[in-house]
Amino acid sequence: MLNTKVTMTVRQPAVGTSIIDIQGDITGASEEALMVAYEEASKDGTKSIILNFSDLDYMNSSGIGLLVTMLIRTQRQKQSLRAYGLSEHYRQIFELTRLNEAIGIFESEAAAEAAAH
Amino acid sequence: MNESQQEKKVPRNAASWAKPVDKMELGEVPAEAMNLNVKGRRPTSPLQGFGQMWQKTYRIRLEDVTVTPQAVISEWKAHFPEFWPEGNNFYGPLQGVEPGEVALLNMGLPGGAKLSTGVRVIYADDESFSFMTPEGHMFAAFITFSAYDDSGVTVIQIQALVRASDPLIEMTFRLGFGHKQEDGFWFDTLRNLAARFGSHGQEPTLNTVCVDKKVQWSQAGNIWRSAAIRSAIYTPVYFTKRLFRRA
Repeated sequence: MLNTKVTMTVRQPAVGTSIIDIQGDITGASEEALMVAYEEASKDGTKSIILNFSDLDYMNSSGIGLLVTMLIRTQRQKQSLRAYGLSEHYRQIFELTRLNEAIGIFESEAAAEAAAH
Repeated sequence: MNESQQEKKVPRNAASWAKPVDKMELGEVPAEAMNLNVKGRRPTSPLQGFGQMWQKTYRIRLEDVTVTPQAVISEWKAHFPEFWPEGNNFYGPLQGVEPGEVALLNMGLPGGAKLSTGVRVIYADDESFSFMTPEGHMFAAFITFSAYDDSGVTVIQIQALVRASDPLIEMTFRLGFGHKQEDGFWFDTLRNLAARFGSHGQEPTLNTVCVDKKVQWSQAGNIWRSAAIRSAIYTPVYFTKRLFRRA
């Protein structure tokens, strides 16, 4: 059953690049929603996936675990994973969990897209 | 950004997260503890480990008692060391499991030897809490302890997202006894916690997923910080000090 507290929509601003817009809460219950979004984002030979956290309301430590497993999936597929829209609070969480060493963090969508090309 | 936008940016569980640190610091520990391999170490996640990455989910269902998930977590946080299997020590702060706290662990080994390492609490709320491990710990891991309601039954869960830190520990996993020891540890922990609420006879279950089959050779150098090796080297000193304390 999908976690209805989170909505993830996928768009492709450029060939080979997908953006997953995240709205709501990321918890352990978000696994199916995240994987469905990832599958959609990975269609058509996508090499760069960007996570938009601008409308993220809540994330607990189980949510961080999901991001780690998603990161591994992108690495297996030789895709890059980047993020933007993180508030100061979530930047600190990425630093706390050392996710910032593996997921590039950018100030804006434009900056994340530019890094992808 | 206006005030309501600022408010939106601070999530409701902001206080449940620890602040990032470069190095772990430890408070006072009992004199009898082996105090090694924690102070000054960086916290590590599974991304900094060497071995294959596993997601291991241990669960026990409290079919025979009525207790809320929140009550389970409250008791677990307040009395965490008491549920550990005998022979293993968790030296944590007296106030219990709180974000940012660091605990010293002395894991029991055959012959009375100890392995000294630690954990840091990175998250704690009413329904779950999570640890990160320091450099040198056997596992580079996120470990999350939680409880939830499943159709009227409270389920207690421990989920570890883990890589063996170094090639030595990875070998124990590949040979099987590393996994077996870890699984037995958490099964006993769950049984002990369930018994606190009067639940007996329920057997824990394990669901294992290999998240990443590849090892990270770039992290092989983690062995230089191995808590297992350093504890073994220190053990004669530790036993000598204990002898003089008793004299």
